[in-house]
Amino acid sequence: MLVLTCPYCGITAEETEFKPGGEAHLKRFGPGSSDADYESYMFNRKNPRGVHFERWRHAYGCGKWFLAARDTVTLEVFGTYRAQTTTPPADLVATIAQKRPDWEGV
Amino acid sequence: MPRYSAFAIAREAFRQHSGWTQAWKSPEPRNAYDVVIVGAGGHGLATAYYLGHRFGIRNVAVIEKGWLGGGNTGRNTTIIRSNYLQDPSAAIYEKSRALYETLSQQLNYNIMFSPRGVMMLAQTEHEKRGYLRTERANALQGVETRFISPAEVKKLCPIINLDGPRYPVLGALWQPRGGTARHDAVAWGYARACSDMGMHIIEQCAVTGIERINGQVSAVNTTKGRIACAKLGIVVAGHSGALADMAGFRLPVESVALQALVSEPVKPCMDVVVMANTVHGYMSQSDKGEMVIGGGADGFNNYTQRGSWHHIEETVRALIETFPMISRLKMLRQWGGIVDMTGDRSPIISKTPLGNCFINCGWGTGGFKAIPGSGWAMAELIAKGEPGPLAAEFAMTRFREGRFIDESVAAGVAH
Repeated sequence: MLVLTCPYCGITAEETEFKPGGEAHLKRFGPGSSDADYESYMFNRKNPRGVHFERWRHAYGCGKWFLAARDTVTLEVFGTYRAQTTTPPADLVATIAQKRPDWEGV
Repeated sequence: MPRYSAFAIAREAFRQHSGWTQAWKSPEPRNAYDVVIVGAGGHGLATAYYLGHRFGIRNVAVIEKGWLGGGNTGRNTTIIRSNYLQDPSAAIYEKSRALYETLSQQLNYNIMFSPRGVMMLAQTEHEKRGYLRTERANALQGVETRFISPAEVKKLCPIINLDGPRYPVLGALWQPRGGTARHDAVAWGYARACSDMGMHIIEQCAVTGIERINGQVSAVNTTKGRIACAKLGIVVAGHSGALADMAGFRLPVESVALQALVSEPVKPCMDVVVMANTVHGYMSQSDKGEMVIGGGADGFNNYTQRGSWHHIEETVRALIETFPMISRLKMLRQWGGIVDMTGDRSPIISKTPLGNCFINCGWGTGGFKAIPGSGWAMAELIAKGEPGPLAAEFAMTRFREGRFIDESVAAGVAH
């Protein structure tokens, strides 16, 4: 059972209060983009064994989408942060790099 | 290798069973093979078997990180059916189901295929319309299914509760030739047949890297050394993304956990497989008497082979509604497997950006039933370098081209 903290309302709760929403920080490719870019945006995923940045929604709370960094092998949650960003916050990246020296980075 | 038969059992009974030999050999890897297949689960072993059986390619190694059939092959609910909506799906799953019918004889290994019948309950008007459509589609595809009334459902499965508090049973899509098989035996049977053909099955041998020269795979590096290969097949289910990463390409898959559980054994009470997709649960009774239960997959990326507790609770809650008599059963074991989900919930049997590397993955939550058909199609792809009719539609280029085989609508839950 994952325990997540919503960065908007500050509530810490079990995963049943949240809904997962897949990989975070995808760059959108819309009409006019190449087939390869569009395919990559729509379907191809990093799906890493290890550090994963992902979207969650506080479905049974404030209802807002936020982002989380989590290890897919140990299920450790490194931290959560607000969705209004295209990259993870530097302090969170530093924390992960310290805990996972082999991690290749964002 | 000595054949298994009633006569063999009788002969061994007279000599304290001293004559049985190892079902498959455990050789050290050679330096090179014509074909290397990564992953000795059902799909990988079936691929190797049909490479030898159909195409005479026998200089083959199947390498496995753990033990044979220790991944999803040993972690599913053993349901076999082919009542799919889309033509390409119905074709490959029906081929697979048909191969299962005679697989015990073919492999000389009892896989305990039990065509006891599979019913998928319609519990909303929407679902009923969907299954009526599938019934017609199946008729055109040559898959024997029939939409049956609630009275027929009750007759086939007396322990069912037709008038559940939330979702009454409005009928069911019934496939009489669907059923179950002994999952481990499928892997063991294929392994024995492969070993008998002289193929090498190498367990406890993890792939650590894939060597490439000019867009071709030249060898795989493993924990047991470098193994050169003329062709490479990647058949590793949940870990396909990690292997593709080593080979330098990306896949349209995400790995999530799917759980199942079994109850304590009870006397025979249910001789069909029942799937209730609206409430997310399916159940059958094993030959040992355990009620075998499965449900929906977890929602987040996961490589831990264990899922979230609340999904089990949801599944069991749904099934108690459908089968009130199981409410006091104790659950014996619970486990999870890592399944690779594609965008359209259909598998990938495909060429890759590397010329002599082929991939078979994305079976999501429904791979067990597909083992023989998947191996059949994958072997043809590897042997000829081009997909045959069963595999052609499952190329991974379909995502770029928009030719989805959308089974998420028809079978997104209990696949």
